Amino acid sequence: MNIKNTLTTKLCTAAVLTAFAVAAPAFADEDAELVINGEIEIVTKTTAPAHLEGHLTEIMSGWRFRSDDTQAMEMDDFDNPGMLGAEEGLAQFDTVMGSEGKACADCHDGVESLASVRPTYPKWNDAKEAVYTIQMQINDCLTERMGAEAEKYDSKKMLNFEAVLASVARGTPMNVAIDGPAQSTWEQGKEMYYTRFGQLDLSCANCHEQNYGNMIRADHLSQGQTNGFPVYRIKDNKLTGAHSRFKGCIRDTRAETFAPGSPEFVALELYVASRGNGLSVEGPSVRN
Amino acid sequence: MASGVKPRVKVPKSAAAGEVITIKTLISHPMESGQRKDGDGNIIPRSIINRFTCEFNGQSVIDVTMEPAISTNPYFEFDAQVPEAGEFKFTWYDDDGSVYEDVKPIAIG
Repeated sequence: MNIKNTLTTKLCTAAVLTAFAVAAPAFADEDAELVINGEIEIVTKTTAPAHLEGHLTEIMSGWRFRSDDTQAMEMDDFDNPGMLGAEEGLAQFDTVMGSEGKACADCHDGVESLASVRPTYPKWNDAKEAVYTIQMQINDCLTERMGAEAEKYDSKKMLNFEAVLASVARGTPMNVAIDGPAQSTWEQGKEMYYTRFGQLDLSCANCHEQNYGNMIRADHLSQGQTNGFPVYRIKDNKLTGAHSRFKGCIRDTRAETFAPGSPEFVALELYVASRGNGLSVEGPSVRN
Repeated sequence: MASGVKPRVKVPKSAAAGEVITIKTLISHPMESGQRKDGDGNIIPRSIINRFTCEFNGQSVIDVTMEPAISTNPYFEFDAQVPEAGEFKFTWYDDDGSVYEDVKPIAIG
């Protein structure tokens, strides 16, 4: 018996992969198309929604701005480390939590039945008379229906839940409502998007609307779309939520940031999500 | 034993005799360095995967020594030639004495 041992170059962990990506010239491939597992077709470039008239004509997922190696990691669930979070999220979904002895699965008929959640949140909650993010809704379920402790915003457990909700919605176009009762929150988010923050005096739009595709230090600026959240960031080796990402951006402008879960970030999340209306949900995605 | 450890392997279900196939493996594992302390100031014991092996019908395909700088969730991808039907056996060895295993059969045809 002769087994030829052809150990190839990919003998490495995610951390070493990062080193490779830096060593090789990593240019963004803005013409590639994203198909996950050879079957889920993802819209990563489309016409901008009507409310962006005068600002953008075309919207693009952050996937298009990443290097070939990073792009490839998202094309197969086995290679996507974010799917580990989705797997854990699915286990959490079936786990009994809190004093009521209930699991998520006791009320919800399988996680697939929640496929419409990720594309439509943040969303107006009639009973609470506020715009709700997925994490706020999960916390309501945990505390009010299950008798469990609330989870911290963007905690590992929360992001696992978000990851599994995103994974079942992959391929569905983002479609958050910006009219009706959510409109004032949306306006607040828009106001924030175009407001300059910090000592560097930068607004979200300065980078993500006026300079996407250009370099920021050694990296390509994306349009800052949220369709890929939660995101597995190679440099963090874990899933990151949209609010934590906002916090990182605002910190980088050398400003005092808002807290994940704060009303300001909820408004900003709604507005930024609406800028991506039409792009497919692709979370948990892989970025650097 | 570290918590949340789960080996995963992707091997094609069948191959032609003599075909070279690509095998992907990943074990979800925290790779605890032994340098960190928990909330009460106690050192969290070191738990790192130090060796990974793959065997085909008892014969070694690869045998890897892993050092402490390796990240969480070590991922290995390699090619192997399949001369006959049989079984790939994957083994991960942990510093704390745990051994994690996974087995994947492969058919010819």
